[in-house]
Amino acid sequence: MAQAAQAQDATQKAYDTVIGLEVHVQLMTKTKAFSACATSFGAEENEFICPVSFGLPGSLPVLNKRVVEMAILLGKATGCTINHESVLARKNYFYPDLPKGYQISQYDKPICEHGTLPILLDGEVKNIGITRIHIEEDAGKSMHGGGGSLIDFNRAGTPLLEIVSEPVIRSADEATAYLKVMRQLVRTLGVSDGNMEEGSFRCDANVSVRPTQNDPFGTRTELKNINSFRFISRAIEYEADRQWDALQHGEKIVQETRLYDAEKGRTYSMRSKEEAHDYRYFPDPDLLPLVIDDAMIKDVTADMPELPWQRRERFESAFGLSTYDAEVLTADDTLAAYYEAVVTDGIDAKTVANWVTSELLGALNQRGWDMSQNPIGADRLQGLLKLLAADKITGKIAKEVFAKMFETDDAPDKIVASMGVEQINDEGAVEAIVAQVIAENPGQVEQFKGGKDKLFGFFVGQVMKVSRGQANPQLTQEILRRKLAE
Amino acid sequence: MSLSPSELHEMTLASAKKALAAGDVSSRELVEAHLSRIDAMDGELNAFITRTADQALDAAKTADETRAKGGDLPPLLGLPVGLKDLLCAKGVKTTAGSRMLENFVAPYTATCVRKLVDEAGAISLGKLNLDEFAMGSSGENSFFGATKNPHAPDRVPGGSSSGSAAAVASDMVLAALGTDTGGSIRQPASHCGVVGLKPTYGRVSRYGVVAFASSLDQVGPVTKTVEDAALMLNAICGVDPFDATSLSETVPDFTQSLGRDIKGLRIGVPTEYFVEGIDPGVKRAVEAAIAKAKDAGAEIVEISLPHTKYAVGTYYIIAPAEASSNLARYDGVRYGHRAEGASELVEMYTRSRTEGFGEEVRRRIMIGVFALSSGYYDAYYGRACQVRTLIRRDFETAFENVDVIAAPVSPEPAFKIGERVDDPLKNYLSDILTIPLNLAGLPGMSIPCGADDQGLPVGLHLIGKPLDEATLIRVGDCLEKVLPPRPTVKGA
Repeated sequence: MAQAAQAQDATQKAYDTVIGLEVHVQLMTKTKAFSACATSFGAEENEFICPVSFGLPGSLPVLNKRVVEMAILLGKATGCTINHESVLARKNYFYPDLPKGYQISQYDKPICEHGTLPILLDGEVKNIGITRIHIEEDAGKSMHGGGGSLIDFNRAGTPLLEIVSEPVIRSADEATAYLKVMRQLVRTLGVSDGNMEEGSFRCDANVSVRPTQNDPFGTRTELKNINSFRFISRAIEYEADRQWDALQHGEKIVQETRLYDAEKGRTYSMRSKEEAHDYRYFPDPDLLPLVIDDAMIKDVTADMPELPWQRRERFESAFGLSTYDAEVLTADDTLAAYYEAVVTDGIDAKTVANWVTSELLGALNQRGWDMSQNPIGADRLQGLLKLLAADKITGKIAKEVFAKMFETDDAPDKIVASMGVEQINDEGAVEAIVAQVIAENPGQVEQFKGGKDKLFGFFVGQVMKVSRGQANPQLTQEILRRKLAE
Repeated sequence: MSLSPSELHEMTLASAKKALAAGDVSSRELVEAHLSRIDAMDGELNAFITRTADQALDAAKTADETRAKGGDLPPLLGLPVGLKDLLCAKGVKTTAGSRMLENFVAPYTATCVRKLVDEAGAISLGKLNLDEFAMGSSGENSFFGATKNPHAPDRVPGGSSSGSAAAVASDMVLAALGTDTGGSIRQPASHCGVVGLKPTYGRVSRYGVVAFASSLDQVGPVTKTVEDAALMLNAICGVDPFDATSLSETVPDFTQSLGRDIKGLRIGVPTEYFVEGIDPGVKRAVEAAIAKAKDAGAEIVEISLPHTKYAVGTYYIIAPAEASSNLARYDGVRYGHRAEGASELVEMYTRSRTEGFGEEVRRRIMIGVFALSSGYYDAYYGRACQVRTLIRRDFETAFENVDVIAAPVSPEPAFKIGERVDDPLKNYLSDILTIPLNLAGLPGMSIPCGADDQGLPVGLHLIGKPLDEATLIRVGDCLEKVLPPRPTVKGA
């Protein structure tokens, strides 16, 4: 609901928003981008450093081949051109957590260029252009306070891929959709854990506004420091409104870097002194041009997994799902794999989709859990749905059994047996219950026969009540019709 | 048999190696003799920044024990050498001749030092003086004071490997490692009358070598003879997984190039290298050496390297540009000099770097920052890289016709200490004959070829094709036998 309301709000804006995103993805390599030093998460401060990552005199970078492979993988997944020769360049600036006084990055010759990422907006696919993907290294972390500043260099030299989109994103919702697909993609490819809160998936947004989409681009600002999906949309909305408001008041937009303050929900300008950088990029003379041949590309992409949007299309066509259901089920690799594991001959794939998206996700959400905490293995859900499909239990009972499955590891048929709720499919037994219901409700029988057809549902309900929901619904209806017609 | 101390320090690397193998001398005796020589000489010469006498004596004891056990012995086992103080050696101060690193103890060892000391068995007697961060060609730009020329103590030994050349020339070590970014091995070798060899760029790993200009820096030996240079090269060359620019090409046994003739070899003599203003004494000595080569059967061919005149300008854009970035890590944050009492970050940076770096280093950083600046990049750095290609092509064309090139190393012999301090441009211009090789990545060697009118040593410059150090060794070794012997230095 909230999303729909926002989308409506966005379309009603008096101006056009133009957004370009820069995503930094921290790669899950064993060693750092340019040294044999191990990468680390959550280790003691300065435990994972070596002459190279600490920037000691005389140390030299050597490019980690795994980083190149991951860049190729992401590049090919997004339809980029992989440049046969690209250049690692030095971006020079002073900062205490930058050990060498420069960051190794890529400048005018990145490894990947000209790709697209398909995102789904209101059921329609939109291809967001990707300008470039390049390799770079992370800096350390500064910690201030306690009468001084401390620096942890564990993160220094950790490999990053920077993915730069074209300025074609037109709303905060689009930006969020793009980032969600990108995050899922890097997870599917196994190149990053995509964890935004822990900084392994970071986003800067370039935002500008203009009266209509036929006008030239306005002056943009760059939003930094957005560290959760929740804030992306808010930060962009705030900044676009701020710019438009400023323009309405005859002010000019200054091209600058702005930080998003999540607590106050606003953006503010960084001091211009700090951003007046001339990075003095030049090719890193310690590293040869990065040469990639077709054989390497072929080798790396041989392991290309099914991509999220490919899977979504397959779910639609192979399982007959709606775009919406396919989108929900493929938004998370674990969920998609779970769904596929449950689907089997004899169970309607759409029924499985309903159970997974409504019952399972609903139950997990209620508990504040995610798929990794799901206690119901695919085989157990499949077992339950088989009982349902084989008329062993009714839908109503199935939901009760499902609820019990959250509390016990028992197989569904065992739960059903222990509950004594197996469906009554024996005609004689159902006939006996029907006879009892007719005998106990003579007034209603009279009315029904007098033409009050609606009362049929009452009789079904009574049969279910007497049978404690176990009577085969179809059989119940057949027998009721016959008996009431007598 | 017992040798006198003077006989010991007058040995070459090769003769000492033989004496050790023959049991005529122990490593302990060799090390002690050289340590005494250092005690006697270095008070005046100032070639050493750090002496590692205790470690050297321990290493000598171990070397003698290893030798006593026999078996396969490392090729340079027990031989005393020196290391330019730009090379990291674990647990030893590595100052780069700078106040910035005055108290920096390297926590790791450079690949070339590991190969020479840990693998080939040589023993380091200490770290040798140099122009700060290898920037200079006189040795005067050292925070630890100027090194003196052993043949004329009022003169510079050349630089930046000033201590390496002076220590070898004065017999304080059998051999030394230097580095050469624009002539820093060859020029001091020429000024001090010793052999200095800059290998092909990428032959020797730069890992652990404090960087000046990454695309030009190269480690090489300073020795008493060409044979010794071959022994040193055998020890230090080879691909290194820690240096992406190191070359994977097979390294030959350079001693195989010794004792050969040069009959029929084509030696190119570039007209542009006998420039106007070249010292007549230098010119005469070099021409005499070339004549000796002809006598030995080589064919002398006049060649042209037309872009030579642009080399200095090109170099003094590229080298400072790379240096400005390479030296950015000295910010006072993690190690090195940090100014006291700074109240905020930019002040700490500015004061630490202003105090920590000497004038010449600061000058080159500023030139480099300017050359890379937005709006100037294309006109300076970009253009310099293009000219660099032209200079490389000059050599490619020349080497289609000749096997090796012969020329002077420096247009002049060693000048007087203090004479040039206020004229950096004149110093820059005197690098004109050595710089082109670094820009082209070629190997080059200086061998003693006599003296000028004042008796100051002059070097003959031999320039080889890429990866063809073997021919330099072959020609150098052959000519060494017919050229005036290297000048020796009497004891103090």
